[in-house]
Amino acid sequence: MDIYRAIADPTRRAILDELVDRSGQTLFELCARLIMKHGIGSSRQAISQHLDVLESAGLIRTRREGRSKLHWFEGAPLKGIGERWPISTDRDESQDQDASQDRDTSPDPHTSHSTDEDIEK
Amino acid sequence: MRISATSVMVDDQQKALRFYTETLGFQLKHNIPLGEHSWITVVSKEAPEGTELVLEPDAHPAARPFKKALVEDGIPFTGFAVDDVEAEYERLVASGVRFVQPPTDLGPVITAVLDDTCGNLIQIMEEKGQP
Repeated sequence: MDIYRAIADPTRRAILDELVDRSGQTLFELCARLIMKHGIGSSRQAISQHLDVLESAGLIRTRREGRSKLHWFEGAPLKGIGERWPISTDRDESQDQDASQDRDTSPDPHTSHSTDEDIEK
Repeated sequence: MRISATSVMVDDQQKALRFYTETLGFQLKHNIPLGEHSWITVVSKEAPEGTELVLEPDAHPAARPFKKALVEDGIPFTGFAVDDVEAEYERLVASGVRFVQPPTDLGPVITAVLDDTCGNLIQIMEEKGQP
């Protein structure tokens, strides 16, 4: 799975947001955060499939700790995006502010978090 | 009809009795030998006449694979209410308890998930009061 397709889905971006917030989460913790903080009520199995997609794109890695499987964000594959389309350094501050607003802010999970046709809800 | 008892399935009843009383702080209610195993229940010191927690042997062949699958995905077998998740977390970590999820603010509740050393994860939960 290439990273562009992996991060095209809002649920998968929310998963990455939560793993950046705290590294080393179980599937249970991720699902709890997604429903309580993002209103994403997808099934555990659907979230597990999203995690498989992200792992195949190299954006998360997993490790066993005790008998639990934990998930970490891995940002290295995103480096290629910045190298392919370098961010110019001579931009003014107002442009930087515009860029910082480009983030998932829609509160409605039904319209913003159900776009990946590959994964059952 | 009332909920008088609920169970956790433990891999060793005596180890579980120590953990649930000495570490978590529940108190023994019943300890009745029944052949190979015992009927062991604990209660909250805050509600000694309340719901009993049965420390039930996980001897059935289906029990351990079931527990293993829950632990792998971080799913708590059951959960307990506490007044202050952060304080309980500090207290239990100091007693050597391992948490798979530290205190996490989920909006109306704060939760954390610990390992009971008997093959289960347990969630502790604090309901936030009304502001």
